[in-house]
Amino acid sequence: MQKVRVKPLMPPGHVRTPAYLRGKVGVIERSLGVFPNPEDLAYGVTASALPLHRVRFTMADVWGANAENPDDTLDAEIYEHWLEPADAT
Amino acid sequence: MPHDHHDHDTLSPSGHPYRADDDAPLSYWQVMEIAVRELLVEKGITTASEIASQIDTMDARTPSNGAQVVARAWCDPEFHAALMDDASEATRAMGFDIGALKLIAVENTGDVHNMIVCTLCSCYPRNLLGLPPDWYKSRAYRSRTVREPRSVLAEFGVILPDKTKIRVHDSTADMRYIVIPNRPEGTENMSQNDLAGLVTRDSMIGTGLSITPPPIGA
Amino acid sequence: MTKPKIPSPARRWHDMGGDTAGPIPMEQRPDADHDFALWEKRVDALMILGSAKGFFTVDGLRRVLEDLGEDAFETMTYYERWIMAVNQNLIEGGAYTTADLAAKMADVTARGDTYGDAAAPVK
Repeated sequence: MQKVRVKPLMPPGHVRTPAYLRGKVGVIERSLGVFPNPEDLAYGVTASALPLHRVRFTMADVWGANAENPDDTLDAEIYEHWLEPADAT
Repeated sequence: MPHDHHDHDTLSPSGHPYRADDDAPLSYWQVMEIAVRELLVEKGITTASEIASQIDTMDARTPSNGAQVVARAWCDPEFHAALMDDASEATRAMGFDIGALKLIAVENTGDVHNMIVCTLCSCYPRNLLGLPPDWYKSRAYRSRTVREPRSVLAEFGVILPDKTKIRVHDSTADMRYIVIPNRPEGTENMSQNDLAGLVTRDSMIGTGLSITPPPIGA
Repeated sequence: MTKPKIPSPARRWHDMGGDTAGPIPMEQRPDADHDFALWEKRVDALMILGSAKGFFTVDGLRRVLEDLGEDAFETMTYYERWIMAVNQNLIEGGAYTTADLAAKMADVTARGDTYGDAAAPVK
């Protein structure tokens, strides 16, 4: 499965990438096809179509040593423009 | 279990608390609702009957719809496969009016327990299960579930062994989720219809388990 | 349970995953299937119909709810926040004007002191 990192960006405005996952590394569990970009829809402008992926993180990936149970997992849907290959610096 | 209220005058005949409505002082937000609704009708954007019909449609969506889907998945291997492949299509084919809902079924097994949350708002498969419970929309549930799902589950009375892997699903975008809970043991001879009675709303959110029926003759 | 001592202004209030919080409010359990008031069901219907007719998207509604800020989340009920967001999106989408709304709200307010009175237009 493809390893990806959620971009560690903090823009103002309406986005659907939760802050607690930004900068975290997970794997693509499945790809869901393309969907209109909610960052456009929110403001009533023409929305570009973006691939959407379900990304799976381990609790250790997200919370480090504070994880309640490191092997439990967390899945979230992340639009492709928020993802970069995990080997990127 | 019945309500534990002491003042039965505050309960409706169905045993539910009345909600402030016709008899309470008119609120600013109620005025806005009436005004918006009447303007939309006057402008020809909708009609009173269309609004009433939408309310009826939503009222007809309840957790028992999901319970029937789960019970069939327990009984019918072909449906189970179709549900896991495309839950929206399988649910529609079963006859449920789920509108544009994009549904993913996630299945509990002996080793895996699934749990659904929406940390950014309160996304919920409402077109199948109806409106979410209030706690699902609470700050506590939205905040804590992604960090300490086991602690949250314990508050719901669900204690899982460490070897059971918990998969939390944060509904961040276009998909909605339904948990297919484990089929209780000792239910091999139960009908699909009776099995549906064991599927609670919370078990389809992942904050509960399906009900284990008492042993016959016990 | 660590939280940054100074919360980043870049992290928006609604984005609460992972925060520390109290117990899950269980007062609605085990039968959380309480019914909503008629006016709340109507808000829900207006939200669905306005979206189905192309006046706004759910993301447009969320954007308004998020911009309302944390105080609204703490002090307004769910459907109070939704009617506010639906109304703002309908005005932005051109369904009616703020002047239309002002006149209609004044008219509705004058009808009576309860929802029952105000929701029934004078014949």
